Amino acid sequence: MAEGLTKSAARNIFYGGSLFFFLLFAALTAHSHWYMVNTSTDREGLTESVKHGKEVWEKNMCINCHSIMGEGAYFAPELGNVWERYGGHQNPDAARAGIAAWIRAQPLGAEGRRQMPAYDFTEEEMQALIDFLQWTDSIDAQDWPPTPAG
Amino acid sequence: MKYETQKVALPFFMVAMALFALQIVFGLLAATVYAWPNFMAELMPFNIMRVSHTNLLIVWLLIGFMGCTYYLMPEEAEQEIHSPTIAYLQLALFAFAGAAALVGYQFGIHEGREFLEQPFWIKVLITISFLMFLFNTSMTLAKGRKTAINLVLMLGLWLAAVFWLFAFYNPSNLAVDKLYWWWVVHLWVEGVWELIMASLLGYLLIKMTGVDREVIEKWLYVIVGLSLFSGLLGTGHHYYWIGAPGYWQPIGSIFSTLEVIPFFAMVVFAFYMFWKGSRNHPNKAAMLWALGCPTVAFFGAGVWGFMHTLSWINYYSHGTQVTAAHGHLAFYGAYVMLILGVISFAMPQLRRVQPYNQVLNMWGFWIMTGAMCFMTFTLTFAGVVQTHLQRVLGMNYMEVQDQLGLFYLMRLGAGVAVAAGAIMLIYAFFGPAREQVPAGGTQLTAGPQRA
Repeated sequence: MAEGLTKSAARNIFYGGSLFFFLLFAALTAHSHWYMVNTSTDREGLTESVKHGKEVWEKNMCINCHSIMGEGAYFAPELGNVWERYGGHQNPDAARAGIAAWIRAQPLGAEGRRQMPAYDFTEEEMQALIDFLQWTDSIDAQDWPPTPAG
Repeated sequence: MKYETQKVALPFFMVAMALFALQIVFGLLAATVYAWPNFMAELMPFNIMRVSHTNLLIVWLLIGFMGCTYYLMPEEAEQEIHSPTIAYLQLALFAFAGAAALVGYQFGIHEGREFLEQPFWIKVLITISFLMFLFNTSMTLAKGRKTAINLVLMLGLWLAAVFWLFAFYNPSNLAVDKLYWWWVVHLWVEGVWELIMASLLGYLLIKMTGVDREVIEKWLYVIVGLSLFSGLLGTGHHYYWIGAPGYWQPIGSIFSTLEVIPFFAMVVFAFYMFWKGSRNHPNKAAMLWALGCPTVAFFGAGVWGFMHTLSWINYYSHGTQVTAAHGHLAFYGAYVMLILGVISFAMPQLRRVQPYNQVLNMWGFWIMTGAMCFMTFTLTFAGVVQTHLQRVLGMNYMEVQDQLGLFYLMRLGAGVAVAAGAIMLIYAFFGPAREQVPAGGTQLTAGPQRA
């Protein structure tokens, strides 16, 4: 440590510097918010159904097995790009049917394989959840994940 | 114990340790599912174990911070706690809220956002309890002596409460949701909690080494300054892939690299003060924790964080077992060890018995810390294999997981050892109060007074 540094100087640097970096961080966050709403996410596509789908996602706590955009538990596959993995960009109807059928088939009951619990979604909840996953896939996430495997 | 109201800390420590034990139980259950996927699949799904494991961690650390603050504040402020009654009430409220959340999770009652799963009314109770705590401790501080230790500590606690308010904001745009979610999750653990950590560590070092307060407090300001200068913009390393602008990649990479520095400074600080110190403090176990905490935090938070914090590396490793490895050692080193250290230091005074069961405490230290390191290594290996197979070769997630079974089995073994260490430690804290000192006495051997 620099011997010339006094305690009060160190204290002032701490308070002043922290305030400076906080304000800078807050300003960048504000810009990021603006950027997300206007550029990187599909504002028109954020329908009532997508919003409802996010609620279904939260109500069933999917996040504590799966990850979405790389965050969550790491026990089950990434779902931020599950729409891509099911070929949603080429054939949306097939992807939609495929994802729904997969969820309805749970638990698979295969010995030695991680079990996803059964979820008794109404058709409306199921479609909303898939709308949410489709919308999430459309977020401009700087090209992440690197492969469709998630 | 110079002040009567310091004993307010004892029930906080007891509740914290009970929840710590429960956290380990849920961790063991979850680790068992990784090794035997059908384990309890119908009784308790994995997500319930996981939410219990992570939420218990947060709740017990917060209760632990509160206990540490109540213990330290009278000595630092030279003033009795403003109101012990408020302290007991807010503990009861917080413990009730935590327990209600935990029971609720078993029945699927939650808000479903990672770490912020508590239902709305429980979030409100936690806020009320925390404000009571802040009122009580701030009043004590206001009436008494203001040192750098208690000022930085209270600043950290107040800011933790302020950032917690973002837990109430849940926008329907997932990207925006994540943007502010990190205002709680990152700004807590890589920001303001570090103020709490550094000030508690500074307190332990003043008490145990006898180094001049002026020297330690100057260091404290330098360290917490480095923490916030790097940690605030370091949030950027969470903004790479969530739909935020591309400028977060250079900003996040640079500032999260700098986040290693305050942790390294804390290691140098602790060891330097230890060697410089002239006081022979009899509580050798507490000294062990005070030196171990910054060391493991440096590796867990610093080195393991740095390993995958650069954006072009994180692009491949983000959200793999590498993250899990880093998370486990970082939390353990920085916050778990810190609170265990303060408890080790405070318990002899709180129970009015000179350092007791120190040998058992130190066995607990080495077994638990060794096991946490081993757990981190196995998860790191798992993460590296996973990153390569899944992110580079593009193999399917579940196929990759099938390749990792051996690592998960070893992680479970490490978890069992952590549990054994924790049992020893809890027994050393709360078991029969008998004096037990290490062979060769309890005198610290560093410093000019070495015999």
